[in-house]
Amino acid sequence: MWKPEPSLADLRYTVEKSGLTPETLLAAYRQMCLIRSFEETIADRYYIGKTPQFNMAAGPIRGEMHLAVGQEAVAVGVGMHLRDPDAVVSTHRPPHHALAKGVPADKLAAEIFGKVTGLCRGKGGHMHLFDAERRFSCSGIVGASFPQAAGAAFAFRHRGEPHVAVAFAGEGAANHGTFAETLNAAVLWRLPLVIVIEDNMYADSTPKWQALAQPHQFQRALGFNVPSYLVDGMDLVDVWRAAKEAIERARAGYGPSVIEAVCYRYRGHFEGDAEEYRTREEVERWRQLDPIPRLGERLKRLGWADDATLERLRREAEEEVARAVAFAEQSPLPDPAEALVGVFR
Amino acid sequence: MTRTMKGIAFAIAEAIDQEMSERPDIVVLGEDVTYWGAVFGFTMGLYEKYGRDRVIDTPITEQTFFGMAAGAASVGMHPVVSLMFVDFLGAGFDQMYNHIAKNHYMSGGQFAMPVTILTAIGGGYGDAAQHSQVLYGLFAHVPGFKVVVPATAYDAKGLTIAALRDPNPVVIFGHKLLTGLPFLPFEGQEEAVPEDRYTVEFGKAAVRREGSDLTMIAAGLMVHRCMRAAEELARDGVSAEVIDLRTLVPLDRETIVASARKTGRVLIVDEDYQSYGMTGEIAFQVQAGAFDALKAPIRRLAVPDVPIPFSEPLERAVIPSVERIVAEAKSLLAAGVRA
Ligand SMILES: Cc1ncc(C[n+]2csc(CCOP(=O)(O)OP(=O)(O)O)c2C)c(N)n1
Ligand SMILES: [Mg+2]
Repeated sequence: MWKPEPSLADLRYTVEKSGLTPETLLAAYRQMCLIRSFEETIADRYYIGKTPQFNMAAGPIRGEMHLAVGQEAVAVGVGMHLRDPDAVVSTHRPPHHALAKGVPADKLAAEIFGKVTGLCRGKGGHMHLFDAERRFSCSGIVGASFPQAAGAAFAFRHRGEPHVAVAFAGEGAANHGTFAETLNAAVLWRLPLVIVIEDNMYADSTPKWQALAQPHQFQRALGFNVPSYLVDGMDLVDVWRAAKEAIERARAGYGPSVIEAVCYRYRGHFEGDAEEYRTREEVERWRQLDPIPRLGERLKRLGWADDATLERLRREAEEEVARAVAFAEQSPLPDPAEALVGVFR
Repeated sequence: MTRTMKGIAFAIAEAIDQEMSERPDIVVLGEDVTYWGAVFGFTMGLYEKYGRDRVIDTPITEQTFFGMAAGAASVGMHPVVSLMFVDFLGAGFDQMYNHIAKNHYMSGGQFAMPVTILTAIGGGYGDAAQHSQVLYGLFAHVPGFKVVVPATAYDAKGLTIAALRDPNPVVIFGHKLLTGLPFLPFEGQEEAVPEDRYTVEFGKAAVRREGSDLTMIAAGLMVHRCMRAAEELARDGVSAEVIDLRTLVPLDRETIVASARKTGRVLIVDEDYQSYGMTGEIAFQVQAGAFDALKAPIRRLAVPDVPIPFSEPLERAVIPSVERIVAEAKSLLAAGVRA
C-alpha cells in the first residue's frame, strides 16, 4: 500500500467527485484525533501499577488491553456513513469502532475502568462493549462478528427497514469458517451487510503470510460474487469512498459487500506485547503513513484548513477525552452484589 | 537431579520437549504456538528446537485444526493441540466432543485418538466473561476425555508425560495464575522438579495436607487457595485436610471417600460454574461412599452460575477466595446433621 500522495489536481477531483465536503473531512479529522487521544490516554492509565513489573492484574485497568492506534481511518471512514439504527458488531479490539459509531466516550471510558457508570455497568470490560441505543456490540471471540452482523442485517431486511449492519473483523478472523459461511448466507438472502476487514498484517504474533493462502481476504469474497474493495486503510478518503458505495448499496437493497482495508497497528497486539514477530523498522516505516497527519496535510493542500484549525480540532478532541477519562476515574465501582444479578431479564 | 521451578508452564513445555525429542509421532498445533508459546507458555521453546515442521501456527480455525488432530490421530500421529483459552472451545467443540472423544468408541475400538489438548483456564486478573472461565466440567461431562488439572509444576510435568503416552484424548487444563509467567499473578509455589522424565498416574488424588476436622476438595488454583485457607483455619485450631484431585477423569473416589469418612465434613471448592458441575459430581461420590460417616450436609463453594464479570469487586464476588473458603469452612464446622 505504498501509493504516492495524489497531485493537488487529483486530490481535488477525487474529493469533489466523491462528495466529500470540507465539513465532512474536518469532522473526520477531529474524530480520528478523538480516537487516537482516547486510546493513548487509556494506554497511559493502563500502565499505572504495571511498571516496572508488568502484571496484568494490577492498576486501575485490569486484564488484557487491545488498542488500534494507527487504524483510526478505517473506523472513521466507515462510521461516518452510519446512523444510530444501523448495527455494528466489532471484535476484541473495539474501542475505535465504538467511538466511530457514536458511543459516548465517557461511558466507554468508564466501562474500561470497570465503573458502574460504564456502558455495561462494569460487567463487560474493554472486549465486551455494548450500547443498545447505538446498536453497537462486540465479542472477544474471534470470528464471532460476521454472523451476528448478518443476523441484524437479516432482521432489517425482514422488517423492511432501511438500515445496514457492519461487521468489523481482522484479517486473522476472516480465516475462520464464519467468514465464508456468512458470505454465503448474505449473498443468498441479499442482506444489507458490509463486512470490513481490518487487514493489519498480524493476528496476535502470526503474520498474515503464515496463515493466509491468498494475499488478501477480499479475494475469497469475490468467490462468493460479493462486490469487494481493497482500500488503503491508512487513507481516510479511500476508506470513506468505498464505505459510501458499499453502505449505499446495502441500504438500497442490493446486498452485501466486503471492504478489506490494509492498515497497521502501531502498538502491540495487546499492551505488554514484546512484539518479537516484527521489527522496529517495520513499525517506523508504517508510521510515515499515519492517517492523521496524512489527512491533515491534505486538508491544508486543499486550502480547507490551516495549522491553527487542525491544532484547534486536535485540542477539542483531547479535551473531550480528558473529560471522559476524568468522569471514568471519578465514578464509583459497582456494588459487589451486582455480580449476582442480570443473567436473565 | 532436580531443580527449582516456578509454575506449571515451563513444566508442561519441558514434558512435551522431552517426549518429542524421542517421538516422531508428536506434532504441536495451534494459534501462536511458536513465538508466543501458545500465549501461556505451554509450548515455549519447542519452535526454537523443532522448527515449523513440528510446531505449527495454525490459522484461527479451531474447528479445522481440532478436526485435523482427529484425522492425524486416526492414522497414527499424536497431535498436541493448543486451545489458547478454554473459553474458545465453542469455536471447535464439535470436533472435540463428537469426534476426538467418541471415534474410538464408535469405531468399536478401531481408531485410537491419542490427542493431547492444552488449554488455559481461570480468572482473577480482570479478563472478563469470555477469557476467564474454567469449563472443565463440560469436558468431564462428555464420555471420552481424560481431564487433567495440575496444581503444581511437579504434577504438570508428570501428568503431561502421562498424557503424551496415553492412547486416548487428554485435556490438560493449566490455570493462568499457576503458570509462573511474569505478566500474571502467581499463586503457586516454587518447587523442586526432576530433570528426568517421570509420569504421574491419572486417577490418583494427592492429600496435600492432612487434617481431622474437615476435608476440602479442589483442583488447580483452588487447591492453593484451600491450602491457604487451611493455614488460617489452623491458627484458629481447626485441622483441615486438603485434597488435590489432579484428574477429574479418571476420578479418585477412594481417596475422597476415605477422607470424608475420616473427617465427616466435606467442603468442595471449585472455580468452575456451580450447577451441574464438578462440585455436584464429587458430592454425589462422597455421599455414595461415606453417607453414614457424614456429620453435616456436604458444602460447596463455586462460581455462582453467573458469567465472570469484568470489574474487580464483581469478579472478587464470584471467584472463590481464601476468605470465603475460610468462612464457608467455619460455617460447615458449626453445622449439625440438619444444617
Ligand atoms: C475463537 C478464538 N480463537 C482465538 C482467539 C485468540 N485471539 C484473540 S485476538 C486473535 C488474533 C486476531 O487477529 P485479527 O483477526 O487479525 O485481529 P487483530 O487482532 O489483528 O485486530 C486471536 C487469535 C480468540 N479470541 N477467539
Ligand atoms: Mg490482524
